[in-house]
Amino acid sequence: MEVQIYRYQPEKAKKPYMQTFHVNPDKITGIMLLDALESIKTQDDTLGFRRSCGGGVCGSDGMNINGKNGLACQTTLDSLGDKVVIRPLPGMPVIRDLIVDLTRFYKQYESVKPYLKNRQDNPDKERLQSVEDRDKLDGHYECILCACCTTSCPSFWWNPDEFVGPAGLLWACRFILDSRDTEEAARLEDLEGLYRLYRCRGIMNCADVCPKGLNPSQAIHKIQSRMRQKATG
Amino acid sequence: MAYVEETHDALIVGGGGAGLRAAIQLSEAGHQVALISKVFPTRSHTVAAQGGINAALGNADGHDDWRWHMYDTIMGSDFMGDQDAIEYMCKHAPQSIIELEHMGMPFSRDENGKIYQRAFGGQTREYGKKSVHRTCAAADRTGHAMLHTLFQQNVAHKTKFYHEWYVIDLLFSDQQEIAGVIALCIETGEIRLLRSRFTLLATGGAGRIYQSTTNAYTCTGDGLGMVARAGLALQDMEMWQFHPTGIAGAGVLVTEGCRGEGGFLVNREGERYMERYSPHMKDLACRDVVSRSSMIEIREGRGCGPNQDHVFLKLEHLGEKVLQKRLPGITEISKTFANVDPAKQPIPVVPTCHYLMGGIPTTRLGEVIKVIDQKDHIVPRLFAAGECACVSVHGANRLGANSLLDLVVFGRACGIQIHQHLQQGASLPNIDKDRLEKVISRMETMNTRKKGISVSQVRSKMQTIMQQDFGVFRTGDTMASGLQKLKDLVAQHERETILSDHSQVFNTARVEAYELDNLLSVALSTAYSAFERKESRGAHARVDFPDRDDEKWHCHSIYLEGKIGKRPVNMKPLETDSVPLQAREG
Repeated sequence: MEVQIYRYQPEKAKKPYMQTFHVNPDKITGIMLLDALESIKTQDDTLGFRRSCGGGVCGSDGMNINGKNGLACQTTLDSLGDKVVIRPLPGMPVIRDLIVDLTRFYKQYESVKPYLKNRQDNPDKERLQSVEDRDKLDGHYECILCACCTTSCPSFWWNPDEFVGPAGLLWACRFILDSRDTEEAARLEDLEGLYRLYRCRGIMNCADVCPKGLNPSQAIHKIQSRMRQKATG
Repeated sequence: MAYVEETHDALIVGGGGAGLRAAIQLSEAGHQVALISKVFPTRSHTVAAQGGINAALGNADGHDDWRWHMYDTIMGSDFMGDQDAIEYMCKHAPQSIIELEHMGMPFSRDENGKIYQRAFGGQTREYGKKSVHRTCAAADRTGHAMLHTLFQQNVAHKTKFYHEWYVIDLLFSDQQEIAGVIALCIETGEIRLLRSRFTLLATGGAGRIYQSTTNAYTCTGDGLGMVARAGLALQDMEMWQFHPTGIAGAGVLVTEGCRGEGGFLVNREGERYMERYSPHMKDLACRDVVSRSSMIEIREGRGCGPNQDHVFLKLEHLGEKVLQKRLPGITEISKTFANVDPAKQPIPVVPTCHYLMGGIPTTRLGEVIKVIDQKDHIVPRLFAAGECACVSVHGANRLGANSLLDLVVFGRACGIQIHQHLQQGASLPNIDKDRLEKVISRMETMNTRKKGISVSQVRSKMQTIMQQDFGVFRTGDTMASGLQKLKDLVAQHERETILSDHSQVFNTARVEAYELDNLLSVALSTAYSAFERKESRGAHARVDFPDRDDEKWHCHSIYLEGKIGKRPVNMKPLETDSVPLQAREG
């Protein structure tokens, strides 16, 4: 198969270019796109991409595969056809080849204060949480911060410094929904205004690309609905 | 070589569970701590842990006791774990888990709203008499839930991070204290000398010495390599755990929690063979026992699939509801990596390299030790925690769900130790320039060699040797030849390995070249230690020495620069009774 890869090496050339590699899927170990990239790297070790767990849980190898964001380690080669075009995640500054600068992504994530806040004193044992309350977190806590969703979001491309983006908002929702968190009001207030939350235009690329099958768009709706409840008292 | 100097109270190398837990302790106390990680911390391999974390909370069984947990851990370790350290871990387990819950970790819950606990391998109540549910779980994503929670607490406490910096080597003072590290900024290629009063190594495992492993690409034994290069010892390096259920071909982990929830293994005849090997514990026997049993099934021609090279893990009978509620990640993983729906078909699995029980020897509080004339001496200002450390709480075989526990208990313990030292007003050690020169000359060698063998070729040869000669079953002859091949490979590597790409910006080839040095240190120490230990104990199963030999080998093995020494196993817990040597099922 033919694999076209976006190359950018700032010390060598000012401009990025596409480079074609030929891979025989029968001759590489493994069935995933990441295995093909590793095999290419044994021939050309200048190729830059991030990877770690290889099992779809660390979120390192998010990239744009045939026009759609996804994880290389869980994209099977036989799902890709004979020609594959791989580019870095869109909308972020490229550092080298498939490696993007995620500073803005992490900054927005941190901006939602992604940690449990509880004003009460800790009990001696665990805080109790009913099965039903815990169930509310399902679909919200599993995010792996791969940035596939946020970098596929046109609203984030336009306003990366103002709009929190789908991943950050999914995390915000995870803490708003947690029965152990006492700071819902402050969390909602923090998302007021034209941009942080409401820049979402319901495009839903986020839900379409999430490699964990999560739905940030729905989480955003949940926050918006709580906002409305709060406004109407 | 140009570099900038910077100073911190404490440096933590590694952003997995142990490093992050220690960082919370120190940041919370207001110390100036910096955490250096070669990946963004949530990419660390703690994230891949699935099944859970052990603590005798007794939520499911009415009553549980940390002494029973301690007994199971000692039995599981095949008496090679240090009993004072195991006592410390099991005793502090409940408190450590409660702390995680208070930090916001999204544990699954039981009908009383308490933390959900499931059954896991090798665990009992009342000293082996009854079964127990001791493993606290967040569905089958416990590592993910824990790592993100710990990272988030560090965000809350404003810990200083060096994201995507790679630590190359330790620095020493002229008093032979640890004085910090030298590190590379992966993004820019900048070199920095990070001086520190105390240094904690929390660099994780090294499973990438094997061809097939559940470990991340980044599990390259960096801390172990640094320690070995610094002339310090490594302990019990022959003790590698092979997890019974890695997906055949892909190596991706399938949690022991599957068997904890009622799944079981079958051979090609559909026989539930663990009933034969371990009539009492069956599929929840210790991992070393289950892995050996599966390998025997495969070797004797009862393996599954066209090549009879794996066995099946059956979950169909659990029903979609249990799979969805308790094992949603496994359902997803099986579909992605094995093309199998576990609600309808069995999962093809095979014993796969998973965890290093050995590592950097430490006291039960995480202080790194060196052995001189058979006596322990503390290496001043250096700590180690997590998989890179050998406290030793796992001995010759780790119990499932004791690794996440190890991370939080000893990450916390190291944080407390360093905090106390800092409070007493520790000085900043100077830097021994001669030793620094040696480190720098190693870094420069990499840039000068023009022709030779590539990093990936050497790595692949090493992985083949380890897979073939140092797997589940070992024999003296094949290990001798494996060790020789490995020595030759290391010699060739030192003469010939080249780095062709000398660029500065995000040069992953350079990082992989550094990692290879560490992998080879780990592989070599494993080969030496495995060859020397002439008995079978826990995960170290020798065909030519099939029995445990307590008289000669009830000891830790200490690897130091090509030689193996022995160190006694601690049999004296501080406040409870010692568990005397005895036979172990399977």
